[in-house]
Amino acid sequence: MIEGKGFRDPILANRIIEGIRRVTPKNDNVKICHVCGTHEWTISHYGIRSLLPENVEVIAGPGCPVCIVPAAEIDEAVHLALKGVTIACFGDVLRVPGSEISLLDAKSRGADLTVVYSAMDAVRIAEKNPSKDFVFFAIGFETTAPSTAIEAIKKPPKNLSFLISHRLIPPAMEFMLGIGDLHIDAFIAPGHVSTIIGLEPYEIFPKVYRMPTIIAGFEPLDILMAIYMALKQISERKATLENEYKRAVTWKGNLKAKALMNRAFRVVNGAWRGLGRLPDSALKLADEFIEYDAREKYGIKIEGGRDIPPGCQCHLVIIGKIKPTECPLFMKSCTPQKPVGSCMVSSEGTCRIWARSMHLKFAH
Amino acid sequence: MCLAVPARVLEINGDLAKVDFGGGITRDVNIMLVDVNVGEYVLVHAGYAIQVLDEKEAEETLALWREIMEIEGAEAP
Repeated sequence: MIEGKGFRDPILANRIIEGIRRVTPKNDNVKICHVCGTHEWTISHYGIRSLLPENVEVIAGPGCPVCIVPAAEIDEAVHLALKGVTIACFGDVLRVPGSEISLLDAKSRGADLTVVYSAMDAVRIAEKNPSKDFVFFAIGFETTAPSTAIEAIKKPPKNLSFLISHRLIPPAMEFMLGIGDLHIDAFIAPGHVSTIIGLEPYEIFPKVYRMPTIIAGFEPLDILMAIYMALKQISERKATLENEYKRAVTWKGNLKAKALMNRAFRVVNGAWRGLGRLPDSALKLADEFIEYDAREKYGIKIEGGRDIPPGCQCHLVIIGKIKPTECPLFMKSCTPQKPVGSCMVSSEGTCRIWARSMHLKFAH
Repeated sequence: MCLAVPARVLEINGDLAKVDFGGGITRDVNIMLVDVNVGEYVLVHAGYAIQVLDEKEAEETLALWREIMEIEGAEAP
């Protein structure tokens, strides 16, 4: 097996941890920011934070594609669902709160929902049920957007349209650097997004912001090595773009996927839950495919929306400003069984991951 | 959602391939985004293979890390 074993080798892990201790600056605090729900899972599940020197902090940025869908776009899906359109969506989205209700609440009011594993499934279901209208709620970062692009370009049956909520990672990383009191010292960039976009879009971080940036995979050793590489750059006062995940990520990324995305979409401004509108951070179907754009087809455009329920601190958790345990609702009124905020809903949300790894004493 | 899982390609049928996730789990996935051959590993995300994993690169990476840690560990005071 290509992943697993070698990238979980405890002997090498210990050597890297020793390496981390060697290169960590002695007097300064260091803050490394990752931007991926799966990275957070690896870090929490393997207790990586507990292995780091006390002055090294790893925070989770806006890397959960479910958590950052703004309430207004959940409201659009809910609106369509209550109008009688069948919403095909990934399971994680069902419980994400809208301004008033979630899609799951809409189901209890009679809405028709179908959970799919892929965009392909949504097309198949629409083909099999020509008398019903379907909307595929297309969320996800650059990892997921190419699959939506494939299906839109193939021109699916007319009873299917797309509610596009795709978002792009590099603009969110740039946004993070604008938050003055976060003081990020290095980025760990998301490996799976990078398999698609390649290294090129991250060049701006070392070049313009002097921010060490490491593309990392998802095994525990990938994360340890990325932390080591970041700390080494910091100790040498360097800022370069490094690829730790060479077995999957190339400079140019996946050219086929990028070409399909360029054809199917155009880049627009987009709202992120709790963060507001970020320039050039979202995708919209290109004019050629406008008949498949659910917002055009059904004439909906909901803006505003209430992203953060009262008391919820998701807007601060999403940017890594606070830890889930610093939210007054965490594991009190907000639990995986009964989530209040979107960070507790998704399996990639920071609060959900922390809640699930609480039994691991070393996790945080 | 951003999770992608490695799987080995068992059979290719046009745009679809049967892949093995290990532990006896097989599934048909779309391979339109990659150029892949039977026997190679792909990263699968939401039903689509998004990249071919380079096995040789994986081995080289691990060998390189071992070497770096050995050299730097020996140089350390």
